[in-house]
Amino acid sequence: MALLDVTDLTVSFDTPDGTVKAVNGMTLSLDPGESLAIVGESGSGKTQLAFSILGLLAKNGTAGGSIRFDGQEILNLPEAKLNHIRANEIAMIFQDPMTSLNPYLRVGDQMAEVLMLHKGASKRDAFAESARMLDAVRIPDARARLRMYPHEFSGGMRQRIMAAMALLCRPKLLIADEPTTALDVTVQNQIMELMADIQRDFGTALILITHDLAIVAGSCVKTLVMYGGRVMEVGATDDVFADPSHPYTRGLLNAVPRLDVPQDKLETIPGDPPDLTALPAGCPFSPRCPASHAPCAATMPVQEAFGAGRLRACHAAREAVA
Amino acid sequence: MSAPLLETRDLSVTFKVAQQGGWPWSPPRELHAVKQASLRLEPGRTLGLVGESGSGKSSLARAIVGTVPVSDGQVLWRGTDVIGMNAARQRAHGRHVQMVFQDPLDALNPRMTVGQIVAEPLRTHFPDLSREQIRRKVGAMMERVGLLPALINRYPHEFSGGQCQRIGIARALITEPELVVCDEPVSALDVSVQAQVVNLLQELQREMGLALLFIAHDLSVVRHISHRIAVMYLGRIVETAAAQELITNPRHPYTKALIASVPIPSPEAERARHRPVLEGELPSPMAPPSGCVFRTRCPIARASCAEAIPPVTHIGNDHHVACPYHSETAPPAQ
Amino acid sequence: MFATKSVADDLAGAAPIKGRSLWADARARFFRNRAAVAGLIVLMLVTAFALIGPFIAPWNNEDIDWNVLGNIIEAGRPSLESGHWFGTDPVGRDLFARTVQGTQISLLVGIVGALISVVVGTLYGAIAGYFGGRIDNVMMRIVDVLMSIPYMFVLILLLVVFGRSLLMLFIGIGLISWLDMARIARGQTLTLKGKAYIEAAIATGVRPFTIILRHIIPNLLGVVIVYATLLVPSMIIYESFISFLGLGVQEPLTSWGALINDGASEMNNGTLWMLTWPLFFFVITLFGFFFVGDGLRDALDPKDR
Repeated sequence: MALLDVTDLTVSFDTPDGTVKAVNGMTLSLDPGESLAIVGESGSGKTQLAFSILGLLAKNGTAGGSIRFDGQEILNLPEAKLNHIRANEIAMIFQDPMTSLNPYLRVGDQMAEVLMLHKGASKRDAFAESARMLDAVRIPDARARLRMYPHEFSGGMRQRIMAAMALLCRPKLLIADEPTTALDVTVQNQIMELMADIQRDFGTALILITHDLAIVAGSCVKTLVMYGGRVMEVGATDDVFADPSHPYTRGLLNAVPRLDVPQDKLETIPGDPPDLTALPAGCPFSPRCPASHAPCAATMPVQEAFGAGRLRACHAAREAVA
Repeated sequence: MSAPLLETRDLSVTFKVAQQGGWPWSPPRELHAVKQASLRLEPGRTLGLVGESGSGKSSLARAIVGTVPVSDGQVLWRGTDVIGMNAARQRAHGRHVQMVFQDPLDALNPRMTVGQIVAEPLRTHFPDLSREQIRRKVGAMMERVGLLPALINRYPHEFSGGQCQRIGIARALITEPELVVCDEPVSALDVSVQAQVVNLLQELQREMGLALLFIAHDLSVVRHISHRIAVMYLGRIVETAAAQELITNPRHPYTKALIASVPIPSPEAERARHRPVLEGELPSPMAPPSGCVFRTRCPIARASCAEAIPPVTHIGNDHHVACPYHSETAPPAQ
Repeated sequence: MFATKSVADDLAGAAPIKGRSLWADARARFFRNRAAVAGLIVLMLVTAFALIGPFIAPWNNEDIDWNVLGNIIEAGRPSLESGHWFGTDPVGRDLFARTVQGTQISLLVGIVGALISVVVGTLYGAIAGYFGGRIDNVMMRIVDVLMSIPYMFVLILLLVVFGRSLLMLFIGIGLISWLDMARIARGQTLTLKGKAYIEAAIATGVRPFTIILRHIIPNLLGVVIVYATLLVPSMIIYESFISFLGLGVQEPLTSWGALINDGASEMNNGTLWMLTWPLFFFVITLFGFFFVGDGLRDALDPKDR
């Protein structure tokens, strides 16, 4: 059975400038221990998707559809039940670790509090487990570090602490939202290695949300490409990179320069990321799409299954894209 | 070789940082953002400057543009020292060197229209131009960078990030400068928009014969756009070479680690990539290590590295490295 | 996180499209705020009262109505027949005319004080903040020194030594009102200095004073205007306090503070109207300014959208 089943999820926000449609009918599923990368640019709705799984939508947001976790419907659950799930089953790592660490509390106290609150552990056990977890995320001298404050750590170290905190209750699913975007490339490498180790050692399912295709290539088994709050295509990472079936995926892959192969000129996707207050009725990518034709702007293509468990949503024929 | 357009000789930038808990009159501590950096840039060429945050690459760029004071060394523009010029001549020099910034919205005054923003350098350097002449030039430049001239009276907040960056580029090019310093011009943009801006910069370079100093932390982009690349670490330039040479034949251990850390958007390449994870993070620039600044993270460091600062040496093929042991490890498998 | 950016139309129009400036945005937001609009209407009515009042008042503010003198409690009541709409003061002068006159003085004091603070304080603060370093240090220490002087004492001293006059009052209030504004403007300038557009201007070679006038001041104005609207009532309060002490404007001129003082001293004699009328105008004006200031702050600072 799938660990996470998202069906026809919609998320919208009421703002003074109109309704922002962040997610518009997303369907995805994730098996236990699986790793899925969600690739999207700003305005793709990728972060709001994660927030709605965790029940963290802003006050002016509404979500529809269904999110089933471990067979249980978790969309729009009451806060108390959500808290339980957030603590024990699903954990999240954010781009900026400082937003989720209290600067006035020692790291050890913050970590131990989680265990004492949710697992009823004694203070002594909680600290011992916290130290073990810091050790697991390769923070040297873990016992001494527990007595330090968040600002005494470097950016990469903080991200490790975030990962350690997220893993404390042994969640079944870890969601990492742009975990390395604020970090330097050498440190990014360290964190991505850590993510791989976590997956292997803890058997946690991972959703990696990012805009960076290069990171995805080396880290996740499955890849989902989002645009304008919709799924453009899903498949095994190898297949998606080797044979992109959607014009958007193709465009993205051709737009990023590669260090290993020199290119003469980068291919571009014309135009700008979508305005979520004024999406076209049909495919959100149609205004920028080179393969766009009459039905694209009017009707959203249905998801078409093909190949080895791949899905695509595009009116253009597969041969026309590749 | 003709005289370089721009040359820096042993350029240092030092910031004074007030001591924590000190008296108002206690001497400030010194932060050496850039130490003895020497660069050459030929007309019409692109020099890429890479380094991680805190490497001093932005400070070096700003010293060249003249927005941070140089504490030591020279900036030579066609052989003349810019640092020694008086304020008025330095301002006039601003016509030749313009800058494009990282955060496109932050770089545009929100109270001015696009037309006013793009026209500002013109009004500064050519006060005799009539309103009509300025309007025509601004319109032409907007069109050149891919913006509709009809949007001339719009305000920055009405544009997307990519369009704002185009406005920034239009402002930088309106005085027909010979050098444009680009400080992380694409890192704040969406992936699908980055390529548009990179291509635009390349086209403009070809058309106008611009020299570019392209600063970024993303080695893939720098490699794509640059003719030569300089690598900075903790305020020092550790290696300089032609782009292709630097990527395929890196000699400094830091450059090697940096190149090996860059992920490649291809699963096969990623599986093949040998990832020597560089331990630790950048030391504080307030207290850099003695001797070679990289030795604390260097895989081939030895005792002698702590003693003297390694000089930059030419190893042939216009390749300069600041590591005496550069030949002791094999280049990593690419 | 959904700071909705209006993507510029890609429609090719021949004529330049008029942009929506931040000021226009702020105006629209301000007029959506009911409390602020109500405050603005109240202020407009009070201003109209001060301007038109003299022409419709049946009595002059200096003339004593001999008919009511001696029987203020009965004959001096507010009434439509006698023409004393607001009643009379203890010496039989028409309170309506005096309130109109007091409103003029109080508003004038408030607005002049705020104006001095806006002009002097903003320029001073922007210059100190922009140039920084030693210039900043010297300029701001001067502000600190001026601030550490008990201004009320100095103001009283000025009025006693040079005589009570409107001019002295303005000078006194002008001397102190800009200090806070200078500090606020300097702080804001320091933040603005970090913006890349300032750096772009410096790199291009724009002169420092042009940068201050073209790039710094317009971006300061939002904060400055908000603070100025909140400063007007505090200036009015200062003046009222001075007048309450009997050191303010000289008879026959009056102000809200002086009128409230007069009314308060007669409170126990059954002539409560002498207190309530000026107090009413004083209070609604202060509330008006506070609401408008609040509305302006929300309108000019769209961060929380």
